[in-house]
Amino acid sequence: MLRLPAFDFQPARSVDHAVALLAAHGNNALPVAGGTDLYANMKLGLFAPQLVIGLRSIAELRTIRFDPQHGLRIGALCSLDAVARDPAVALHYPALARAAAMVGTPEIRNMGTIGGNLCLETRCNYYNQSAEWRKALGYCLKRDGDLCRVAVHSATCKAVNASDTAPVMQAYDARITLVGPLGERNLAVRDFYQNDGARANVKRADEILTEIVLPLQASGMRSTYRKLRLRNAFDFPLVGVAVTLATDAQGACTQARVVLGAVTSAPFEVEAAGSLLRGSHLGEEIAAGAAEEVFKAGKPLENANASLLYRKRMLRVIAQRALEDVSHPLR
Amino acid sequence: MSKNGASGTRAHVVGAALPRIDGYAKVTGAAIFADDIALPRMLFGKLLRSPHAHARITSIDYERALRLPGVVAVAVGSDLPVRYGILPSAQDETVFAIDRVRYVGEPIAGVVAEDELTAQYAATLIDVRYDILPSVMSIDEALRDLGADAEKIHPESRKANNVHKDVHLTFGDIEAGFAEAERIFDNEYFFEGNTHAALEEHSAVASFGADGKLTLWSSTQTPHYLHRVAASVLEMPASRIRIIAPPIGGGFGGKTEPVAHELAAAHFARKTGRPVKFTLSREEVFYTHRGRHPVRIHLQTGIKSDGTIAACRLQTWLDGGAYGSYGVATTYYTGALLPVTYKMGAYAFDGCRVYTNKPPCGPKRGHGTTQPRYAFESQLDAIATELGLDAGAYRAAIAVDPYTRTVNHLRVTSCGMREALNAVSERTDYSSKHGKLSSGRGIGLAASAYLCGAGLPIYWNPMPHSGAIVKVDRGGGVTVFCGTSDCGQGSQNMLAVIVAETLGVDVLDVSVCAGDTDLTPVDLGSYSSRVTFMAGNAARSAASDVRERIAAAVGAELGVPADRCIFESGRVFDREDPERSLSFVDAARAAEARFGTLAGVGSYTPPADLHGDFKGSGVGPSPAYSYSACVAEVEVDFETGEVRVERIVLAHDCGRALNPHIVEGQIEGSAYMGMGEALMEESAFRNDLHRIPNLLDYKTPTILDTPRIEAIIIETEELEGPYGAKEAGEGPLNPVIPAIANAVADAIGTRIYATPITPERVLQALDGTSGPLRLRAPIAERAV
Ligand SMILES: Cc1cc2nc3c(=O)[nH]c(=O)nc-3n(C[C@H](O)[C@H](O)[C@H](O)COP(=O)(O)OP(=O)(O)OC[C@H]3O[C@@H](n4cnc5c(N)ncnc54)[C@H](O)[C@@H]3O)c2cc1C
Ligand code: SF4
Repeated sequence: MLRLPAFDFQPARSVDHAVALLAAHGNNALPVAGGTDLYANMKLGLFAPQLVIGLRSIAELRTIRFDPQHGLRIGALCSLDAVARDPAVALHYPALARAAAMVGTPEIRNMGTIGGNLCLETRCNYYNQSAEWRKALGYCLKRDGDLCRVAVHSATCKAVNASDTAPVMQAYDARITLVGPLGERNLAVRDFYQNDGARANVKRADEILTEIVLPLQASGMRSTYRKLRLRNAFDFPLVGVAVTLATDAQGACTQARVVLGAVTSAPFEVEAAGSLLRGSHLGEEIAAGAAEEVFKAGKPLENANASLLYRKRMLRVIAQRALEDVSHPLR
Repeated sequence: MSKNGASGTRAHVVGAALPRIDGYAKVTGAAIFADDIALPRMLFGKLLRSPHAHARITSIDYERALRLPGVVAVAVGSDLPVRYGILPSAQDETVFAIDRVRYVGEPIAGVVAEDELTAQYAATLIDVRYDILPSVMSIDEALRDLGADAEKIHPESRKANNVHKDVHLTFGDIEAGFAEAERIFDNEYFFEGNTHAALEEHSAVASFGADGKLTLWSSTQTPHYLHRVAASVLEMPASRIRIIAPPIGGGFGGKTEPVAHELAAAHFARKTGRPVKFTLSREEVFYTHRGRHPVRIHLQTGIKSDGTIAACRLQTWLDGGAYGSYGVATTYYTGALLPVTYKMGAYAFDGCRVYTNKPPCGPKRGHGTTQPRYAFESQLDAIATELGLDAGAYRAAIAVDPYTRTVNHLRVTSCGMREALNAVSERTDYSSKHGKLSSGRGIGLAASAYLCGAGLPIYWNPMPHSGAIVKVDRGGGVTVFCGTSDCGQGSQNMLAVIVAETLGVDVLDVSVCAGDTDLTPVDLGSYSSRVTFMAGNAARSAASDVRERIAAAVGAELGVPADRCIFESGRVFDREDPERSLSFVDAARAAEARFGTLAGVGSYTPPADLHGDFKGSGVGPSPAYSYSACVAEVEVDFETGEVRVERIVLAHDCGRALNPHIVEGQIEGSAYMGMGEALMEESAFRNDLHRIPNLLDYKTPTILDTPRIEAIIIETEELEGPYGAKEAGEGPLNPVIPAIANAVADAIGTRIYATPITPERVLQALDGTSGPLRLRAPIAERAV
C-alpha cells in the first residue's frame, strides 16, 4: 500500500495561531484543510512537509452566511458538501452549488473544503504519479526535471487548474481574504490565480485563505456550470464552463462572463464571449457565436484523460450547453 | 434431477434465495483479508521495480539499503534463481529479475524492514545499473522483422522475432466451406487490453514456525498452484509448506498465478526467521496485471443464402506483455469457444501471441474468449442486418443443439441459448425496436457461451481436479473441507448449499473450511468458472458418502431399509412413514456409535471424452457450457460522443441456480464489468510506461454510470452438474460487450471496430474519419 510519509501534525486553534505556525516553520510547513488533495500528493512524493498544520479545528472558518447588504460569505473550511447543500447558495448562487456537487465523490465532498478546492494544486498526468513512475519517466519541469513533457519547448509548466469551483467563483466575481503575518489581503479571485502551472496562485506560503465573498450583485444573475468528464462521478473536469449573466428589464444582457476551468493553469475568462453577449438578447445565434469564441480562445494541451483535440472540440459544445442553461431564466 | 433434492424429494436448500453465508462478515468489516493479518515481530516488505521497459542489468549494489537502520534483509535475483510460471511450457519468470528486465514495474529486488516506510525508502537506496535496450510496445512492433543483431525480448525463444506462440487449427473442409458460401463477411477488429481492477490489492503474509514449516497466507485464487510453485522456487518439500487463502476482495483472474511478492514474503520469512508481509500498492497491481490481452482479430465468415454458417476463419494476434503467464492457454481460448454457440460447416483458427515490454497479460473473466466473442457477435449483427433478419431469431436459428458435438469436436450437453435469446428479446421488445428507434438511440443483442471448468488440468496429471471431505460432528454440525479459494464469487456458499441439501440440514449448520493446503484436499482453484461444478460435485459425493453411513445407522435404529431414509429439514425419516424419524443430531450420533468418526470423501475428475484428438485439443473442452444472451439499450450524444447505457437485460443459462441471489449477483456484476470494458477501460501506455496506473484515471464505471440491470436466470438440467448446476461467474460477461457495441451501431448508423467505445471514437465514426480497421500488410501476411 502507498503510505503517507512521516510528518508532524499540529491542529491550529485559530487563524492567528495557524499563521504564526506557518511563519515560524517557513517552507517546512504546509496547511491542510480536508487533505483530499494534499495527502494524495504527499503519498506520491510531490510534497514532503515536516509539519502539517490542520485548519479544520478553526470553527470560525466553517460558517456560511448570507447578508442582504454584502452577499454571501463562505468560510474557507466549509466542506464542499455543506456548500452544495446550503439553501442560500442554492438560491442565490446556483452555479456554485452545482459545481461543488460535481466534485469527486460523496467522500471527497465530505472531507474536501471550498478553500482547499480554490487552492487546489495544478494537475497533469505526467505529474500526478508516484515517485517511482516519475523516476521511470525521467521527471518533468514541474518537479525534479528540466523538460515539460506536454509542451516540449515550453519554459513553464502547463499543468491545469482543475478546480470545479474556481471558474464559478471567478464568473461571480468573488473575492477572497488571505491572512498572513503582515495582516489581511482582500483580492478578486481573478487576481488570486496566475497562469503558471508551477505556481497556481499568488498566496504566499505563510498565508491562509480564510473567506470567500460572493457579491450581492451576482445573486440576481443567471448562472450555470457545466463539466465534461468521462464518468458521472469520481472524475476531474476535462473542460469546465461557468457562465454568469445579468439582464435588464427588456431581457438585454447587461453583464456576462464566461470562464473556463481545466484548460489552462488558471481559470480562463473568455473576454470575447462576454463582450459578444453584453448588450445582446441571448438567443441561439448569439449563443453559437459566444461558443465559437470559447472554441477559438481555449487551448487545451495533452495533459488530461482525453486528447487535446477532443477537449478542444468539446469547448464549443459545453459552452453552447452552458449558454442554453442561462438563456432561460432557470431560477 | 434438477428440480429435486436428495433421494428424489423436493429440494429445500438448492434454489432457495438465502443470504450469503459470508455476507455479514464482508459487509460489516469482520472478514479478515490477507492485509488484515498482523503477527508478532512482523516485518514489512517492498519490491524495487524496474524503471525501464527493456534493459540489461549490469550491476546491483544494495549495501546502502542494507545499512539503513530498520532494514533487516535485502534479496536479489540470484537469491531465488529457480524459474517458474503457471504453465509447464512457460517457466520464464524469476522472483526478482536476473540479468534483464522486460517491463516497467518488473521486480528487481526486495527489502524487508521493521516498518513499511523504511522498506519503501530502502528500496530507493538500491543502486541498479542498466544497459538500455529498445522496447517493443505493440503487436505490430513485435511482429516486425528484427534483423540479425536486434535483441528479442526472450532471446531463448525459438520463434521468429518476438512471437511467443502460434497455433493453426482447421476443422472440416474450410476451402469447400467458403466455396459453398453465398457471401463472405470479412472484418477486422481490435479489442483493447484492460485489467481486473479488483478492489483488494494483493497481499501476502509468510511465517516460519519453530518446526521449520512455512505458512503463507495470500490473496490467491489458486492456493494449490502457489503451493507447487513455492515448493519449487524455495526448494523445499511441499509437505513443509502450508498455503492459506483468506477471504479475497475480488479476483476476476488477477490472482490466479503465483507472483513475485508472495514468493518474496516466503523467502524473507525463512531468511529472517520473522513473519513478513507484502501488500501491493494499486500501481503495483497494475504492473502485476495478468489481465485482458489486447487482441487484433481478423474474422471471415461465409454465409449460405439461408444464413447458415458454411465456414468461419478466425485469426487472432495477442499482445502478451513480457512473459508467458497463461498466454498459451489464452491463445487457444481465443479460438476454441467460438464454435460452441453456432453451427458451422468448417472452422479454421490461427492464433499468434507476441511478447511486448509491458506487464504480462493473462486471464481475466472470460479468459481469451471475450475478445473474439465481441468480434463474432458484432459481425453476426452486421450479417443479420444485411440479410434483413432479426438478430435474435437469426442466432436462435443457427444455435448449436443440446447434446451434440461442435465442429471442433467439443461435447455440448445442456444448452439454454435459445431460451436466453428469447428471454432477452421478449423482455426488451427487441424486434420492434432495432433499427426503428429515434436517432441517437440504439438497441443491440448478442449471445455467448462459456466453460464450466477446463476439462484438463494445466499441468498434466491423472488425479482429480477437486476433492472434498465432509465431516459430521456429534452435535449435528457439518464441516466441508475443500481446497477452493473464494475470490468473492460465492463459491464457498455453493459448497455449503450442496452439502446442506444432501444431508438435509440448514445451510448455517454447515461450516466451510477452504483454501488451506494443510487441512483441505486439493482443488485446482477459482478460475475457468470451475468451482461450483467441479468442487460442487466433489462435495456432493463426499456428503453422499457420509450420508450412506448415517442412513445405514438410522435404518438399523428404526428398523427400515437404509434406502428409504430421507434427509430433510434437520431430520432423517422413513419415506413410507415420515413419523418414524430421528433428528439429524441423533442420526449422526447413532452413526458415529456404529461406524466410528463420521467423515465422507469425494472427488471429481472430468470425463475423458470431451474433446477431439489433435494438438491443442486440451484447451476448450469442458464438462458443460453455460450460455448467455444480452440486450443493451443506449443513447448516444452526437455532439459529445458520450454513450449512455440505459438498460442491460442479461439472461444466463447457469444450469440449476443453486442460490438465485448469487447467480443474479454474478449476472449484475458481469453487466457492470462488461460495460466498463465496452466503453472506458484501457491499458494505455506512453513513454514505455503505463499511462494511468491508478483508479482515478483508469476509468471503470461508477454506480451513477450503471444502468438498470435486469438479470434473467435460465435454468436447464445439467445432468453432470451438482444438483444440475453449471456456472455463473464468467459467462454472463461475454455478451455484454458486443451487445453494447451493436446498440451503438444501431444508434449511430455506423460501426466502430475497436474497444473501448470512447466518446472520441464515436465522434470519429460519426465524422466518417475512422472507418473499418485495416490490418497492415506484415500482419495480414502472418509474419510468424
Ligand atoms: C479521487 C479524487 C477526486 C477528485 N475530484 C475532484 C473534482 O472532480 N473536482 C475538483 O475540483 N477537485 C477534485 N478533487 C480534488 C480535491 O479533493 C478537492 O479539490 C477538494 O476541494 C480539496 O479540498 P481539501 O480541503 O481536501 O484540500 P487540501 O488537500 O486540504 O488542500 C489542498 C491545497 O490547498 C492548501 N489549502 C487548503 N486549504 C487552505 C486554506 N484555507 N488556506 C491556505 N491553503 C489551503 C493546502 O495546503 C494544499 O496545498 C479530487 C480529489 C480526489 C482525491
Ligand atoms: S505541464 Fe509539463 S512541466 Fe507541467 S506537470 Fe505536465 S509535463 Fe510537467
